[in-house]
Amino acid sequence: MATANMHDWLNDHGDFLYRFALARLRDPHLAEDVVQETFLAAIKSPDFAGQSAPRTWLTGILKHKIIDVMRKNMREIAASDLMTDEDANMDEFFDETGHWAEPQLAWDMPEGALEQKQFLDVLQTCMDKLPNKLAQLFLMRDVHETDNEEICKELNISTTNAWVMLYRARMGLRKCLEINWLGA
Amino acid sequence: MLDCKQASQLISQSLDRPLTLHERFALKLHLFICEFCRQFSRHMQTLRVAIKNLTGSIENNDAIEMSSEAKKSIADMIEAHRPQL
Repeated sequence: MATANMHDWLNDHGDFLYRFALARLRDPHLAEDVVQETFLAAIKSPDFAGQSAPRTWLTGILKHKIIDVMRKNMREIAASDLMTDEDANMDEFFDETGHWAEPQLAWDMPEGALEQKQFLDVLQTCMDKLPNKLAQLFLMRDVHETDNEEICKELNISTTNAWVMLYRARMGLRKCLEINWLGA
Repeated sequence: MLDCKQASQLISQSLDRPLTLHERFALKLHLFICEFCRQFSRHMQTLRVAIKNLTGSIENNDAIEMSSEAKKSIADMIEAHRPQL
């Protein structure tokens, strides 16, 4: 690829690619790293012949780089205590009879723009509290609606493990939202 | 009969896979009698919508930019790969 073109692409698409990565990896440094790797791959690739828009082409490369990061993360998570019990030990949420330890309070996403912004800020804080790898998996599933089997194949984890991790992520987020939104 | 712990697991999994006929029936029965699990199920839907909104607000926020250091380091990398004439 011509060097001048690359500089234009960096100017035109760099921040877009960064936000795309940041929304999925939730870590500024990781996001910058994958954007850099994307441009490196683009420089070295003879493939681009203008058959698609540069942004589409770059985003395609970026997606693969993001999956690579997540796959590496999942290898680490597999060895950690997050995954040791198959049955998702959720003792803090339930009593010994399997009933909710605390009442499930009624709340919903507010309608007004300002309140909704505040709600999303609380959600952002709660996402930050979640272990980042769990947050990434959760985002891959619930935001990008990647097929569950595809996630497991890409990340090399079992479907059961994925269900357990997603359950944990959702339970943690729900609890955090309830405390911080209703408590605010 | 499902307890709330099992029901909440099924509610979460119903977002990730089709439940079996038996599971759906058991869950329906539980939800019929359990206000807290109905509430939990609504929370899961809300969470899914909210998290999409949050991600969209990051992707579309022009104010969020790469650091100038990162940009410079990529620009330098592009220069370093300039074809030799």
